[in-house]
Amino acid sequence: MFDDLRELYQEVILDHSKRPRNFRHPEDANHEAHGYNPLCGDTVNVYLKMGHNGLIEDAAFEGKGCAISLASASMMTEIIKGRTEDEARKIFDGFKKLVTGEENDFDAGEDTERLMMLAGVKDFPMRVKCATLAWHAMASAMDEKPEITTE
Amino acid sequence: MNDMTTFDIEKIRRDFPIFGREVHGKPLAFLDSGASAQKPTVVLEAIQKAYSETYANVHRGVYYLSQTSTELYEGAREIVRAHINAASLDEVIFTKNATESINLVANSYGGSTLKPGDEIVLSTLEHHSNIVPWQLIAEKTGAVIKVAPIDEQGEFLLDAYRELLGPKTKIVAITHVSNSIGTITPVREIIDAAHDAGAVVLIDGSQAAPHMKLDMQTLGADFYVFTGHKVFGPTGIGVLYGKADLLDRMPPFLGGGDMINRVTFEKTTYAKGHAKFEAGTPPIVQAIGLGVAINYINGIGFERIGAHEQSLLAYATERLSQINSVRIIGQAEHKAAIISFTMEGVHPHDIGTFVDHAGVAIRVGHHCCQPLMDYFDVAATARASFALYNNRADVDALVTAVRDTQEFFS
Repeated sequence: MFDDLRELYQEVILDHSKRPRNFRHPEDANHEAHGYNPLCGDTVNVYLKMGHNGLIEDAAFEGKGCAISLASASMMTEIIKGRTEDEARKIFDGFKKLVTGEENDFDAGEDTERLMMLAGVKDFPMRVKCATLAWHAMASAMDEKPEITTE
Repeated sequence: MNDMTTFDIEKIRRDFPIFGREVHGKPLAFLDSGASAQKPTVVLEAIQKAYSETYANVHRGVYYLSQTSTELYEGAREIVRAHINAASLDEVIFTKNATESINLVANSYGGSTLKPGDEIVLSTLEHHSNIVPWQLIAEKTGAVIKVAPIDEQGEFLLDAYRELLGPKTKIVAITHVSNSIGTITPVREIIDAAHDAGAVVLIDGSQAAPHMKLDMQTLGADFYVFTGHKVFGPTGIGVLYGKADLLDRMPPFLGGGDMINRVTFEKTTYAKGHAKFEAGTPPIVQAIGLGVAINYINGIGFERIGAHEQSLLAYATERLSQINSVRIIGQAEHKAAIISFTMEGVHPHDIGTFVDHAGVAIRVGHHCCQPLMDYFDVAATARASFALYNNRADVDALVTAVRDTQEFFS
């Protein structure tokens, strides 16, 4: 049973959703945004510590959500930490295209394989917003817009 | 069909063509009738027939088709009137859905009577559609919203509600059945207490209409609203029942054709009765479809529908309760066949996707009841809602799928 869901709910995703990485509120965060999905009521707070040179020195999150949204947020914080703002935005752009099925050639360097785990979302259009909620919040935090919704 | 001793569920299921299909290769277990109900063949055929054999605009033409169409449309009004036992046809207004019915009352009655400091009483159980229209009109008029509480079982607290009522209470707007957790509220007591306080009462019957017989004259509500698509009719048709003397005093909600008596650029006088509130071309075929749906339900009878649904509710509650990780939200003594639940360690969205792959359609999310979700301290729940066409196999499919989901995530 549920064989066709293994593609979406891979072990790595389940692992991240059960034990989300960087699930905390860093005291020295200097950018943050609250993401909200009015469809399901899920919320995420993304916290960034940005250096003067646009380097993301720390990334963390807190929130409530489904396995897909928690795993995506967790993986995102791992991936963007140590990247520059521009790099993070570029990965987000590619990731958006990946999960909406717009593009299959996704390249995020060493993180490509990990993010490809979430590519299964493209077969579940109702769940794309789950996968992208934290990423939208990240972009808003960098834009210094503290509130975003997926609608 | 009118034999009180039998409830032939298999025959009823055959009346609904959608049950002939599979979803993800599994038989469809449709447990989301609380969001919208499936349609029986008689309704689908009536829609087809209305468009292909008798279609024309209503109230306008002197020609044969327009007259026939008008008779069918107005005939549907009489079916609704008789069904809810309204005193007259002028008390039955067709709208596009329950939401529009509530907005009509909030704007027309509320907008013309509320003064700063007046109070509108709602309850924690309300759907957003019975909250937001009142907030909008409160903002415009300076009225204040009060909220009648519930307890952890999901029971409406009558005493606390009565304490909220006073000389400032002008409108009470409360649901008959909670769409999220199934609680059947003590509407008679709610209405009587409001009337004692001199307030006008609107009851949101969206979730009651599919499950129980409604009698406006026994109930005594000033306004009662429900929607057609939840009672096996088409989308785009809703009902507003209103007491004639109140409707007479209320200004129109929408302006346009069909709701006027005489129009000049200086002054327009309005039509009387239900016509005043039905501006523009109405949902003609949708109303006809609703009439047929109501006849279909009455052909089976609410006594039997109620007994069948209550037995399914008891069975589903018992079986879901046996799953350790499941928490049923809302365990009121009197419930319609709606079960909301959460699962430890699995988010409702994930439950929804998993059970869907077992052919089970349930609703997951906040069910347009965020204040209620806040009360129970959950962001969302999974909700199974039953209708006359559900059977034990649907419950079994749900329970198996929920167990398998639990296993997958453990």
